[in-house]
Amino acid sequence: MTSLNLHAALPEIWIAVAAMVLLLVGAYVGDRAMRLIGLLTIAVMAIAIVVLLGIDVSAVPQLAFNGHFIVDKFGVFAKVLALLASMTSVWMSFSYAEREGMARFELPLLMLLATLGMMLMISANDLISLYVGLELQSLALYVTAAIRRDTVKSTEAGLKYFVLGALSSGMLLYGASMIYGFVGTVSFAGLSTALSGATPPSLGLIVGLVFLCAGLAFKISAVPFHMWTPDVYEGAPTPITAFFAAAPKMAALALFTRVLVDAFGGLTHQWQQIIFAIAVASMILGAFAAMGQRNIKRLMAYSSIGNIGYALVGLAAGTQQGVSGLLFYMAIYVPMTLGSFAVILAMRQKGQMVEEIADLSGLAKSQPWLAHIFAAILFSMAGIPPLAGFFGKWMVFVAAVNQGLYVLAVIGVVTSVVSAYYYVRVIKVMYFDEPVGTFDRVDGSLKLVLAASLAVVVIGIFFINPLQTSTIAAASSLFPG
Amino acid sequence: MSNIPHLLTIITFLPLVGAIFIAGIRGEDAHVARNARWVALWTSAAVFLLSLLLWFGFDRSNPGFQFEERAEWIPALNIAYRMGVDGISMPFVLLSTLLTPICVLASWEAIEVRVKEYMIAFLVLETFMIGTFCALDFVAFYVFFEGVLIPMFIIIGVWGGPRRVYSAFKFFLFTLLGSVLMLVAILTIYSKAGTTDISTLMTQKFDPQMQIWLWLAFFASFAVKVPMWPVHTWLPDAHVEAPTAGSVILAGVLLKMGGYGFLRFSIPILPDASHTLAPLVFGLSIVAVIYTSLVALAQTDMKKLIAYSSVAHMGFVTAGTFAFNRQGIEGAMFQMLSHGIVSAALFLCVGVVYDRLHSREIARYGGLVNNMPRYAFAFMIFTLASVGLPGTSGFIGEFLVMVGVFQSSTWVAFLITTGIILGAAYMLWLYRRVVFGKLEKDEVKAMLDLSPREVAIFVPLILIVLWMGIYPASFTSITGPAIDQLISNYQVAVGPAQPGTIIAPAEAAPAEPTTQPAPAAPAEGQ
Repeated sequence: MTSLNLHAALPEIWIAVAAMVLLLVGAYVGDRAMRLIGLLTIAVMAIAIVVLLGIDVSAVPQLAFNGHFIVDKFGVFAKVLALLASMTSVWMSFSYAEREGMARFELPLLMLLATLGMMLMISANDLISLYVGLELQSLALYVTAAIRRDTVKSTEAGLKYFVLGALSSGMLLYGASMIYGFVGTVSFAGLSTALSGATPPSLGLIVGLVFLCAGLAFKISAVPFHMWTPDVYEGAPTPITAFFAAAPKMAALALFTRVLVDAFGGLTHQWQQIIFAIAVASMILGAFAAMGQRNIKRLMAYSSIGNIGYALVGLAAGTQQGVSGLLFYMAIYVPMTLGSFAVILAMRQKGQMVEEIADLSGLAKSQPWLAHIFAAILFSMAGIPPLAGFFGKWMVFVAAVNQGLYVLAVIGVVTSVVSAYYYVRVIKVMYFDEPVGTFDRVDGSLKLVLAASLAVVVIGIFFINPLQTSTIAAASSLFPG
Repeated sequence: MSNIPHLLTIITFLPLVGAIFIAGIRGEDAHVARNARWVALWTSAAVFLLSLLLWFGFDRSNPGFQFEERAEWIPALNIAYRMGVDGISMPFVLLSTLLTPICVLASWEAIEVRVKEYMIAFLVLETFMIGTFCALDFVAFYVFFEGVLIPMFIIIGVWGGPRRVYSAFKFFLFTLLGSVLMLVAILTIYSKAGTTDISTLMTQKFDPQMQIWLWLAFFASFAVKVPMWPVHTWLPDAHVEAPTAGSVILAGVLLKMGGYGFLRFSIPILPDASHTLAPLVFGLSIVAVIYTSLVALAQTDMKKLIAYSSVAHMGFVTAGTFAFNRQGIEGAMFQMLSHGIVSAALFLCVGVVYDRLHSREIARYGGLVNNMPRYAFAFMIFTLASVGLPGTSGFIGEFLVMVGVFQSSTWVAFLITTGIILGAAYMLWLYRRVVFGKLEKDEVKAMLDLSPREVAIFVPLILIVLWMGIYPASFTSITGPAIDQLISNYQVAVGPAQPGTIIAPAEAAPAEPTTQPAPAAPAEGQ
């Protein structure tokens, strides 16, 4: 217990060392090596997955760094998902970066460092390591958002993200300090023990919890801390947006879940209300605000806000089934969102990137397969069976209904109809409208991502059982006994 | 029983195989279009022939599920792929498999653009329709039931008329909103009973207070599908803008999913709530029958007129269903099958003239009997069947419904009977304006009579309408046992007050408490 046990943190150590080595390579070779470093980054992450799966967590969780760091089934599941999402994002960024003149060797490295931050977040076992992981991830992300420093939009996105992100970090730290002040410990295990007693929690502790939740809600862009999302999504270069939409969301949500369920398991009734409120607000805002959008990246931003709301429905249930539903939802959502961004990256007319929804007009005629794949992803996001997205919603709503949260379930399904409107509106543009211009040939690298996400959405229906089994196993590690 | 294993699965997914095959066709447009049409026709014809095995292999004395299949799907959640048909669902499977090849034939020349995608959409739609009627697991049912929306949305939106986008969205969002409320009900049932197996759930009893909420959630979905007044407004729009074959499937099969839902889920699983809320259904049915009949009288668009008549006819179905006696439910079943054929045929009739003149305005036509006698004959048969002339299928359904409803409530029977009179008025008036009168307009004079392809579409439908009207026993003998069991289970459930939540009532149903005359008797004397 009280040992370094570096073995458990081997994937993180590997990534940290590899990132430094690759940085040296980049420093010597320069920006020409961007693609090479990118490919190596993907390889590093792939090896990290292999190492991660080699850690034995089947019986008890592995603790490292004197208990500051935990590896359990929940963490392994979330990390694998985050790593796969990061790998896909790096893979999608090459051709874009080369074409749009942002081929800097730092780009894949920053993404690698952000991923390292995510892994630390997922494995955080006290409030200090939580903050360290979160900041490592965030700082790398701020820079990637502004990587095209010669364009106004990208710098604006980076600055906005940084200012608001710093504010949320401040709130999180403030909350953490209040919690420390009132409970006297920062370790999750200690908090869990201290709060499991029958004594009612002090007001100061609740205030601290609320601040902590606010800081974390910012990272997953849940309402009312979502303001940065549409602007950053729109302003950041598209592959970076794809990266933002998938891996960090997964990591922050996993962290959020671990903090609430593990450390604050004794205050479930208190935080359930917070999660309930932000889930409802996110679902409603995500559904209604997306309707008027004309820019596809802003649309995806609101869509991600709504989707986080659905995932939080699982957390609001506060049960093992709910956490399992949340993981299931994210496991379906991440490939869907990456697939959508692959389509957005393919939106290129005469060498220029286009981002308006209207630019997709008549895609079903000009590029039928791209349209079919995007339509399948959008129908899936709208939760129309038999596509995989439906089952994600099913899992979180089952958990909510089992806890008697009928109101949450009804609001959820009704907002899913509202959000179906804007997803289907994009399909309408692609299928019912006449083509205005054709897109350039789709890159081979994007085709791979598109095919993979189509496979998840369509064939996923046959693999619900194994996925469900593994999410239940992952969730079980947060609910001992 | 049939010798073919997994017959239902084969029937359900064969169209999907055909669709995948069509998706693989490559080459120049004309070549692709021709091959897509033929593959779609052969696939749907093969599915129809296979589904005939259901008809002949069906054990008419068995009220339970037949051709049952079961495969593990999500064992971790106790959700499985279960298929099976009984007397209530089997006729709908046949209706779906019969109408799909007819739709393919009807679209043979009418659809000229993106033929490949069109045929794929229809075959996918067929898979979902058949699956909806065969599924014996709530999740599988919901997947098929909702899946229908995707191809239908595309069919209306891509190959529809000028206001197709508006109509497609209205159809999609109305139906989806109803369905998601049903999803919450399904989730609740699953969370209370721990299973989604429909045949198990039929033997369980839910708390009556809970039943009301569940029933209303199911009602939201099925009432939109049927459609019942006041949530019927999507139907006229969808019908008017959909291509002919889309209207045929909408009227022929999709509306029946609502009625089927009442018979399969609302009444057996939630009997107390069905009993309590039957007056609501009666009230809405009366409004639907009278109001939409009057609206139909005022229409100048043929398709809209027939769409409103569909709402009125489905009003009979809901009224009969909630009469809870053998004649009423038998009549509702029969009316659904009859309406499935007749309204589909009427939309095909509109399609025939629309293909020639590209107008659905009644006023643009007149005197067609002079230059299109074969068409006038076919149209007449279906008009009279829709009116409910004895000897056609429409009569049996409406008559049984009225007998059934009369036993339940005289006033309801009185009020819905006015719908028959109004129905005769608007249908015969439509027929007079389109077919009779002087042949004056030049463009109408130039119209040609039915082509052999169109004759091939109408002949089987005419034969079925007459067969159902003259010898309904071959249909009622299939539906009868299942309906008897449904009613006796219902009467056991609502009979004596039973406390407690989920308890399993006796599986063995007591003897039929009522002594009803055989439903087919009055009709056989025609």
